[in-house]
Amino acid sequence: MKLLSYFRGEAFQRGVHPPSCKHTADTPIRRLPFAPRFVVPLSQHIGKPSRPIVRVGEEVLRGQPIAEADGWLSVPQHAPATGVVEAIELRPSARGPWTESIVIRAYEASTQEVLWGTPQDIDAFPSQEIVLAVQRTGMVGLGGAAFPSHAKLTVPQGAKVETLLVNGCECEPYLTCDHRLMVEQADELMAGIRLAMRATGAGRAIIGVEDNKPEAAEVLRRALPPQGDIFVEKVPTKYPQGSEKMLITALFGVEVPSGKLPLSLGMVVNNVGTLAALGKLLPAGRGLIERVVTITGPGVARPGNYLVPLGTPLSFVLDFAGARAAARQVILGGPMMGQAVASLDVPVTKGVSGVLVFRGEDMAEREGRRTYPCIKCGECVESCPMGLNPSMLGMLAAQREYELMGQQYHLGDCFECGCCTYTCPSNIPLVQQFRVAKQILREKAAA
Amino acid sequence: MANVVYSLLPVCAFFVYQYGLSAAASILVVTASCLLAERFFVRTGTQAGSLSDYSATITGLLLALTLPPGFPLWMGAVAGVAAIALGKALFGGIGFNVFNPALVGRAFVQAAFPAAIATYTPSFLPNRFSEFIPSTLAWPLMAPADTAAWLKAMQYDALASASPLARWKFEGFVTPAWDLITSLAGHMAVGPSPLLILVCGAYLALRRFMDWRIPVAVLGSAGLSALVIYAAFGTKYPDPFFMLFSGGMVLGAVYMATDMATSPVTPRGMWLYGALIGVLTVVIRYYSGLPEGVMYAILIGNAATPLIERITQPTPFGKGLSIRARRSASYTMHPDYISREEAAAKTPTKRFLKNKPKKK
Repeated sequence: MKLLSYFRGEAFQRGVHPPSCKHTADTPIRRLPFAPRFVVPLSQHIGKPSRPIVRVGEEVLRGQPIAEADGWLSVPQHAPATGVVEAIELRPSARGPWTESIVIRAYEASTQEVLWGTPQDIDAFPSQEIVLAVQRTGMVGLGGAAFPSHAKLTVPQGAKVETLLVNGCECEPYLTCDHRLMVEQADELMAGIRLAMRATGAGRAIIGVEDNKPEAAEVLRRALPPQGDIFVEKVPTKYPQGSEKMLITALFGVEVPSGKLPLSLGMVVNNVGTLAALGKLLPAGRGLIERVVTITGPGVARPGNYLVPLGTPLSFVLDFAGARAAARQVILGGPMMGQAVASLDVPVTKGVSGVLVFRGEDMAEREGRRTYPCIKCGECVESCPMGLNPSMLGMLAAQREYELMGQQYHLGDCFECGCCTYTCPSNIPLVQQFRVAKQILREKAAA
Repeated sequence: MANVVYSLLPVCAFFVYQYGLSAAASILVVTASCLLAERFFVRTGTQAGSLSDYSATITGLLLALTLPPGFPLWMGAVAGVAAIALGKALFGGIGFNVFNPALVGRAFVQAAFPAAIATYTPSFLPNRFSEFIPSTLAWPLMAPADTAAWLKAMQYDALASASPLARWKFEGFVTPAWDLITSLAGHMAVGPSPLLILVCGAYLALRRFMDWRIPVAVLGSAGLSALVIYAAFGTKYPDPFFMLFSGGMVLGAVYMATDMATSPVTPRGMWLYGALIGVLTVVIRYYSGLPEGVMYAILIGNAATPLIERITQPTPFGKGLSIRARRSASYTMHPDYISREEAAAKTPTKRFLKNKPKKK
């Protein structure tokens, strides 16, 4: 059916259409109760880890800063619940290595009300002040990348931002947290968009929504402000549309030059979750202490979209959603780009958009499938949205020719969307090999 | 790959319908020898893969379809073993082979038994379902029985049983295209109907088990080059339809050239590879001593695949002439953009009729 796509005029070239599985799209966002203990890692974002500013034994209020930003590319952390700091020690993280974390024991009768924060007249702030205020909230990209938002909203000298793109694609199967946010918090989203436009100096904002979420697009259209500089655009559903480069191609038909940021085209892309949270937090002068997480998958008894306090251990989340006994594989993020966790002790952090739970019987079919040799069918080449040759890269990875992969076959352009692994009929774990290769190249470059 | 086998079954059935018992025995023996050889090499650890991936079955069926129906069975078995041993196991099994195994097997027996492989029998003989073609049952290493004498006894002209390509090459007789497409007319010595093969190939392409670009490129380039030659020196050469539907052209384009392991993975490479095979086939057929050229053209194409891949790597996102607006662009890139209504007023809309009134 590739043939038809040439005539249809597609959003962007290649890509895949996995089954959407968005079962929780109509489940309203619900609040998760407090866990007895919270683990707040100091490194939940890209950049330098935060510096703790509390001591062991100190009492903290819900919303109080417990760690400050260490440098420009860093964000503060806030206490998710009222309680006492039990320890500042190494704890397992979802990424793998143990990281320095602040452990808070929540007081049993503590309230969900946020007790910290001074309301500020954000509308009177000039743009640099807004950026600083964004950093004070500890906001990072809530779509999954966890890149500090204030750094993204900063326009460097000489550059000019014309368009703020708001990414409401949510192309990953299963995940519905952004969908629910757009439906339920459209007004906060508009406020956040307005603030981001002022911070970057953008003249217009475009919200890109995939056409499998007509409800969200309709709600947003009704919530648009009368000024007429914010637009809602539906884009054809396709994975990985949520990647900012793909969204730009879908909306404008241009490609961001390789190795450059969307800023080079005068655009800044932000996730709807990020901007909705900013619209809520900035006027109140609070910090980011909770986020919407989609908890779903066949192994969950009560799937839904939950407002989870950051730092809640995964085991508590799974207990509450009714999953633990049957859980066999737990994936943080979406099924395409997410990573399976090795331990249920890891906390929910700022970059976690979904928790997927699969049972043994769901896994049986996958685990039974063998990996066959590459038969060079070319399906991966047809699916790679970045126009790479995953077949060749995979063969080079098997021979550990990592330098060649980076120099001649553009490994650096790969953003690990997983389309190649998804389409491979021989079940070759291509994207996993590329992750290893990229990590090795990074380490070599650092050394 | 099971689907490729399913799509080959109608073609095999048609082959059996044309030639009866001998064709059925040939298909069975060649496929069995391929499977046994595959099993042996997988077992001894020489190559990767297993019988359950159906690749050896496909090789066997295709090899049998390219051999003459009266080909001695023991030679067929040799061809099957050679196909797997020289075409596949030598390189390390499925996915690592450089040449299409079925064609390697056929090239081997063409070199080893040149007389037997050129001996075609007419199709639709009345007694085809009750009697083997005598050469089929030849003892190993013995000269096969004389098919011509057997045909003469049945009142058939041995010369009429030559394949259409050989008749054109050596007698200058061009078989009509429609007879070639259906393979049903008279007692022609031809393979299964190209029309049926095209239908089966279309099924595979629609289910995306095969890439449609390669057959289109092979047939297109062969047809085009044949057309050019026909237009330039019409009397000496047959028309392009004869080129497309005679011999193994369609079978080669649909099932042989599209073998995944031996064809390029890059989209642009597929076009180049198919075009190369098409042109080579025409050149070999017209300007060499051989009546048929598809096999060697595909083998040369296979050999050129790594080179083709190297020069046709896909252009990465954002590296080519990337700043180009496409049809899907909903917004123009004007910095002075204010509203969608203004942008719509600025950009001229395409209309088929200039004076067509605007719909309100």
